[in-house]
Amino acid sequence: MIDLGEYAAEVISAYAVSLVLLALLVWVSWRRAGRVRRALEQIEGPRADG
Amino acid sequence: MSIWEYANPKKFIATTTPVLPWVFAAAGLFLIGGLIWGFFFTPEDYRQGSTVKIIYLHVPSAMMAINAWAMMLVTSLIWLVRRHHVSALAARAAAPVGVVMTLIALATGAIWGQPMWGTWWVWDPRLTSFLILFLFYLGYIALWEAIEDPDTAADLTSVLCIVGSVFAVLSRYAVNFWNQGLHQGASLSLDAEENVADVFWYPLLACMAGFVLLFVALVILRTRTEIRARRILALQARAQRDGVQV
Repeated sequence: MIDLGEYAAEVISAYAVSLVLLALLVWVSWRRAGRVRRALEQIEGPRADG
Repeated sequence: MSIWEYANPKKFIATTTPVLPWVFAAAGLFLIGGLIWGFFFTPEDYRQGSTVKIIYLHVPSAMMAINAWAMMLVTSLIWLVRRHHVSALAARAAAPVGVVMTLIALATGAIWGQPMWGTWWVWDPRLTSFLILFLFYLGYIALWEAIEDPDTAADLTSVLCIVGSVFAVLSRYAVNFWNQGLHQGASLSLDAEENVADVFWYPLLACMAGFVLLFVALVILRTRTEIRARRILALQARAQRDGVQV
Protein backbone atom coordinates (compact mmCIF):
# COMPACT_ATOMS: atom_id res chain seq x y z
CA MET A 1 0.00 0.00 0.00
CA ILE A 2 1.33 3.44 -0.86
CA ASP A 3 2.00 5.99 1.87
CA LEU A 4 -0.52 8.82 1.67
CA GLY A 5 0.93 10.64 4.63
CA GLU A 6 -1.16 12.84 6.90
CA TYR A 7 -4.01 13.13 4.36
CA ALA A 8 -4.65 9.39 3.95
CA ALA A 9 -8.14 9.58 5.48
CA GLU A 10 -9.23 12.38 3.13
CA VAL A 11 -7.86 10.74 -0.02
CA ILE A 12 -9.27 7.29 0.78
CA SER A 13 -12.68 8.64 1.78
CA ALA A 14 -12.89 10.71 -1.45
CA TYR A 15 -12.17 7.58 -3.51
CA ALA A 16 -14.54 5.43 -1.43
CA VAL A 17 -17.48 7.86 -1.70
CA SER A 18 -16.98 8.34 -5.44
CA LEU A 19 -16.55 4.68 -6.31
CA VAL A 20 -19.57 3.65 -4.22
CA LEU A 21 -21.73 6.31 -5.94
CA LEU A 22 -20.52 5.27 -9.41
CA ALA A 23 -21.05 1.57 -8.66
CA LEU A 24 -24.56 2.26 -7.36
CA LEU A 25 -25.41 4.29 -10.46
CA VAL A 26 -24.23 1.53 -12.81
CA TRP A 27 -25.96 -1.20 -10.78
CA VAL A 28 -29.30 0.66 -10.57
CA SER A 29 -29.18 1.45 -14.30
CA TRP A 30 -28.42 -2.18 -15.29
CA ARG A 31 -31.04 -3.59 -12.91
CA ARG A 32 -33.81 -1.32 -14.21
CA ALA A 33 -32.74 -1.97 -17.83
CA GLY A 34 -33.10 -5.72 -17.27
CA ARG A 35 -36.43 -5.42 -15.52
CA VAL A 36 -37.99 -3.19 -18.18
CA ARG A 37 -36.62 -5.32 -21.04
CA ARG A 38 -38.09 -8.49 -19.50
CA ALA A 39 -41.42 -6.75 -18.87
CA LEU A 40 -41.62 -5.65 -22.52
CA GLU A 41 -40.65 -9.12 -23.73
CA GLN A 42 -43.48 -10.58 -21.67
CA ILE A 43 -45.93 -8.32 -23.48
CA GLU A 44 -44.51 -8.31 -27.00
CA GLY A 45 -42.37 -11.45 -27.10
CA PRO A 46 -38.55 -11.64 -27.19
CA ARG A 47 -36.59 -9.31 -29.49
CA ALA A 48 -39.74 -7.47 -30.43
CA ASP A 49 -37.93 -4.13 -30.29
CA GLY A 50 -34.73 -5.23 -31.97
CA MET B 1 -28.49 9.06 -44.18
CA SER B 2 -29.82 11.74 -41.81
CA ILE B 3 -28.98 11.93 -38.10
CA TRP B 4 -32.71 12.29 -37.44
CA GLU B 5 -33.18 8.63 -38.38
CA TYR B 6 -31.75 7.80 -34.94
CA ALA B 7 -34.68 9.63 -33.40
CA ASN B 8 -36.70 6.57 -34.38
CA PRO B 9 -36.87 4.43 -31.18
CA LYS B 10 -36.45 1.10 -33.02
CA LYS B 11 -33.54 2.43 -35.05
CA PHE B 12 -31.94 3.81 -31.88
CA ILE B 13 -32.17 0.47 -30.06
CA ALA B 14 -30.99 -1.52 -33.08
CA THR B 15 -28.00 0.79 -33.61
CA THR B 16 -26.91 0.94 -29.97
CA THR B 17 -27.24 -2.80 -29.23
CA PRO B 18 -23.84 -3.79 -30.70
CA VAL B 19 -22.15 -0.54 -29.62
CA LEU B 20 -23.12 -0.50 -25.94
CA PRO B 21 -20.84 -3.30 -24.60
CA TRP B 22 -17.82 -1.69 -26.31
CA VAL B 23 -18.56 1.73 -24.83
CA PHE B 24 -18.89 0.18 -21.35
CA ALA B 25 -15.64 -1.77 -21.86
CA ALA B 26 -13.78 1.36 -23.00
CA ALA B 27 -15.22 3.33 -20.06
CA GLY B 28 -14.05 0.66 -17.61
CA LEU B 29 -10.62 0.51 -19.20
CA PHE B 30 -9.99 4.27 -19.12
CA LEU B 31 -11.62 4.85 -15.72
CA ILE B 32 -9.99 1.98 -13.84
CA GLY B 33 -6.67 2.45 -15.65
CA GLY B 34 -6.67 6.22 -15.06
CA LEU B 35 -7.58 5.93 -11.38
CA ILE B 36 -4.96 3.24 -10.71
CA TRP B 37 -2.37 5.34 -12.56
CA GLY B 38 -3.29 8.48 -10.64
CA PHE B 39 -3.65 6.86 -7.24
CA PHE B 40 -0.61 4.57 -7.23
CA PHE B 41 1.86 5.98 -9.75
CA THR B 42 1.83 9.76 -9.38
CA PRO B 43 3.83 11.79 -6.84
CA GLU B 44 2.48 14.07 -4.13
CA ASP B 45 2.15 17.77 -4.85
CA TYR B 46 4.72 19.93 -3.05
CA ARG B 47 1.99 22.06 -1.43
CA GLN B 48 -1.12 19.85 -1.34
CA GLY B 49 0.56 16.58 -0.46
CA SER B 50 -1.37 13.41 -1.33
CA THR B 51 -4.70 15.30 -1.53
CA VAL B 52 -3.76 16.12 -5.13
CA LYS B 53 -4.88 12.55 -5.95
CA ILE B 54 -8.48 13.71 -5.43
CA ILE B 55 -8.12 15.67 -8.69
CA TYR B 56 -8.65 12.43 -10.67
CA LEU B 57 -12.21 12.24 -9.35
CA HIS B 58 -13.09 15.86 -8.66
CA VAL B 59 -12.21 17.44 -12.01
CA PRO B 60 -13.77 14.76 -14.31
CA SER B 61 -16.96 14.55 -12.23
CA ALA B 62 -17.34 18.36 -12.14
CA MET B 63 -16.71 18.49 -15.88
CA MET B 64 -19.39 15.84 -16.51
CA ALA B 65 -21.86 17.50 -14.13
CA ILE B 66 -21.82 20.57 -16.38
CA ASN B 67 -21.56 18.68 -19.67
CA ALA B 68 -24.46 16.39 -18.75
CA TRP B 69 -26.64 19.45 -18.31
CA ALA B 70 -25.37 20.83 -21.63
CA MET B 71 -26.32 17.55 -23.32
CA MET B 72 -29.77 17.72 -21.66
CA LEU B 73 -30.14 21.29 -22.93
CA VAL B 74 -29.40 20.25 -26.52
CA THR B 75 -31.77 17.26 -26.43
CA SER B 76 -34.45 19.35 -24.71
CA LEU B 77 -34.22 21.98 -27.43
CA ILE B 78 -34.47 19.23 -30.07
CA TRP B 79 -37.63 18.00 -28.33
CA LEU B 80 -39.15 21.49 -28.19
CA VAL B 81 -38.35 22.24 -31.84
CA ARG B 82 -38.68 18.87 -33.62
CA ARG B 83 -40.77 16.80 -31.15
CA HIS B 84 -38.52 13.72 -31.34
CA HIS B 85 -39.42 11.50 -28.38
CA VAL B 86 -35.98 9.86 -28.20
CA SER B 87 -34.35 13.23 -27.54
CA ALA B 88 -36.72 13.98 -24.65
CA LEU B 89 -36.10 10.50 -23.23
CA ALA B 90 -32.33 10.92 -23.63
CA ALA B 91 -32.52 14.12 -21.55
CA ARG B 92 -34.52 12.27 -18.91
CA ALA B 93 -32.01 9.40 -18.98
CA ALA B 94 -29.03 11.73 -18.50
CA ALA B 95 -30.39 13.53 -15.42
CA PRO B 96 -29.67 10.80 -12.80
CA VAL B 97 -26.17 10.38 -14.24
CA GLY B 98 -25.64 14.13 -14.04
CA VAL B 99 -26.90 14.32 -10.47
CA VAL B 100 -24.46 11.60 -9.36
CA MET B 101 -21.59 13.43 -11.12
CA THR B 102 -22.58 16.65 -9.34
CA LEU B 103 -22.77 14.85 -6.00
CA ILE B 104 -19.31 13.33 -6.51
CA ALA B 105 -17.91 16.76 -7.43
CA LEU B 106 -19.48 18.35 -4.33
CA ALA B 107 -18.40 15.52 -1.99
CA THR B 108 -14.82 15.26 -3.26
CA GLY B 109 -14.57 19.07 -3.26
CA ALA B 110 -15.65 19.22 0.39
CA ILE B 111 -13.26 16.41 1.37
CA TRP B 112 -10.43 18.16 -0.51
CA GLY B 113 -11.37 21.60 0.84
CA GLN B 114 -11.27 20.63 4.49
CA PRO B 115 -7.48 20.08 4.74
CA MET B 116 -6.57 22.74 2.14
CA TRP B 117 -8.96 25.58 3.06
CA GLY B 118 -9.70 24.55 6.64
CA THR B 119 -13.41 24.19 5.91
CA TRP B 120 -15.75 21.67 4.26
CA TRP B 121 -17.91 24.33 2.68
CA VAL B 122 -17.93 28.04 1.95
CA TRP B 123 -20.51 30.14 0.08
CA ASP B 124 -18.07 30.77 -2.71
CA PRO B 125 -19.53 31.63 -6.17
CA ARG B 126 -18.43 28.37 -7.79
CA LEU B 127 -19.47 26.12 -4.91
CA THR B 128 -22.82 27.88 -4.52
CA SER B 129 -23.64 27.73 -8.23
CA PHE B 130 -22.71 24.03 -8.21
CA LEU B 131 -25.04 23.41 -5.28
CA ILE B 132 -27.85 25.20 -7.15
CA LEU B 133 -27.10 23.06 -10.22
CA PHE B 134 -27.44 19.97 -8.00
CA LEU B 135 -30.84 21.24 -6.77
CA PHE B 136 -31.90 21.89 -10.38
CA TYR B 137 -31.04 18.28 -11.22
CA LEU B 138 -33.23 17.08 -8.34
CA GLY B 139 -36.06 19.39 -9.43
CA TYR B 140 -35.75 18.20 -13.04
CA ILE B 141 -35.98 14.52 -12.01
CA ALA B 142 -38.88 15.25 -9.64
CA LEU B 143 -40.79 17.11 -12.38
CA TRP B 144 -40.51 14.14 -14.76
CA GLU B 145 -41.87 11.86 -12.02
CA ALA B 146 -44.66 14.24 -10.99
CA ILE B 147 -46.36 14.70 -14.37
CA GLU B 148 -48.33 11.78 -15.76
CA ASP B 149 -48.66 12.88 -19.38
CA PRO B 150 -45.22 12.20 -20.96
CA ASP B 151 -45.40 14.97 -23.57
CA THR B 152 -46.39 17.59 -20.98
CA ALA B 153 -43.60 16.33 -18.72
CA ALA B 154 -41.12 16.59 -21.59
CA ASP B 155 -42.29 20.16 -22.37
CA LEU B 156 -42.05 21.41 -18.79
CA THR B 157 -38.76 19.68 -17.99
CA SER B 158 -37.29 21.13 -21.19
CA VAL B 159 -38.20 24.62 -20.06
CA LEU B 160 -36.72 23.89 -16.61
CA CYS B 161 -33.57 22.66 -18.31
CA ILE B 162 -33.23 25.92 -20.26
CA VAL B 163 -33.62 27.93 -17.02
CA GLY B 164 -31.13 25.71 -15.17
CA SER B 165 -28.56 26.18 -17.92
CA VAL B 166 -27.80 29.58 -16.40
CA PHE B 167 -26.40 27.79 -13.35
CA ALA B 168 -24.56 25.22 -15.45
CA VAL B 169 -22.75 28.12 -17.15
CA LEU B 170 -22.25 29.94 -13.84
CA SER B 171 -20.78 26.87 -12.18
CA ARG B 172 -18.19 26.73 -14.96
CA TYR B 173 -17.34 30.44 -15.15
CA ALA B 174 -18.21 31.71 -11.64
CA VAL B 175 -14.53 32.09 -10.75
CA ASN B 176 -13.93 34.27 -13.83
CA PHE B 177 -17.13 36.31 -13.41
CA TRP B 178 -16.68 37.24 -9.74
CA ASN B 179 -12.98 36.63 -9.18
CA GLN B 180 -13.53 35.98 -5.47
CA GLY B 181 -13.96 33.08 -3.08
CA LEU B 182 -11.71 30.19 -2.16
CA HIS B 183 -12.04 28.05 -5.28
CA GLN B 184 -9.14 28.45 -7.67
CA GLY B 185 -9.48 29.14 -11.38
CA ALA B 186 -9.24 26.41 -14.00
CA SER B 187 -6.29 24.06 -13.43
CA LEU B 188 -6.42 22.88 -17.01
CA SER B 189 -5.29 25.00 -19.90
CA LEU B 190 -4.15 24.58 -23.49
CA ASP B 191 -1.22 26.78 -22.49
CA ALA B 192 1.44 24.34 -21.23
CA GLU B 193 2.73 26.96 -18.77
CA GLU B 194 -0.62 27.28 -17.03
CA ASN B 195 -1.72 23.64 -17.27
CA VAL B 196 -1.09 21.17 -14.44
CA ALA B 197 2.25 19.33 -14.66
CA ASP B 198 2.37 16.47 -17.17
CA VAL B 199 2.85 13.89 -14.40
CA PHE B 200 -0.69 14.75 -13.18
CA TRP B 201 -2.12 15.73 -16.58
CA TYR B 202 -1.86 12.37 -18.40
CA PRO B 203 -3.62 10.22 -15.77
CA LEU B 204 -6.17 13.03 -15.39
CA LEU B 205 -6.77 12.91 -19.14
CA ALA B 206 -7.37 9.14 -18.89
CA CYS B 207 -9.85 9.65 -16.03
CA MET B 208 -11.67 12.41 -17.95
CA ALA B 209 -11.97 10.07 -20.96
CA GLY B 210 -13.26 7.35 -18.61
CA PHE B 211 -15.92 9.64 -17.14
CA VAL B 212 -17.04 10.80 -20.60
CA LEU B 213 -17.28 7.21 -21.85
CA LEU B 214 -19.12 6.08 -18.72
CA PHE B 215 -21.58 8.93 -19.16
CA VAL B 216 -22.18 8.02 -22.81
CA ALA B 217 -22.62 4.31 -21.94
CA LEU B 218 -25.04 5.02 -19.11
CA VAL B 219 -27.08 7.51 -21.14
CA ILE B 220 -27.41 5.01 -24.00
CA LEU B 221 -28.40 2.23 -21.58
CA ARG B 222 -30.88 4.43 -19.73
CA THR B 223 -32.36 5.90 -22.94
CA ARG B 224 -33.03 2.37 -24.20
CA THR B 225 -34.74 1.63 -20.88
CA GLU B 226 -36.87 4.80 -21.12
CA ILE B 227 -37.87 3.91 -24.70
CA ARG B 228 -38.98 0.43 -23.60
CA ALA B 229 -40.78 1.77 -20.53
CA ARG B 230 -42.64 4.24 -22.76
CA ARG B 231 -43.58 1.37 -25.12
CA ILE B 232 -44.96 -0.64 -22.18
CA LEU B 233 -47.10 2.33 -21.10
CA ALA B 234 -48.37 2.79 -24.66
CA LEU B 235 -49.27 -0.92 -24.96
CA GLN B 236 -51.00 -0.89 -21.57
CA ALA B 237 -52.98 2.22 -22.53
CA ARG B 238 -53.98 0.63 -25.84
CA ALA B 239 -55.01 -2.61 -24.11
CA GLN B 240 -57.02 -0.69 -21.52
CA ARG B 241 -58.78 1.22 -24.29
CA ASP B 242 -59.58 -2.04 -26.12
CA GLY B 243 -60.54 -3.82 -22.90
CA VAL B 244 -57.74 -6.40 -23.17
CA GLN B 245 -55.65 -7.68 -20.21
CA VAL B 246 -51.86 -7.08 -20.69
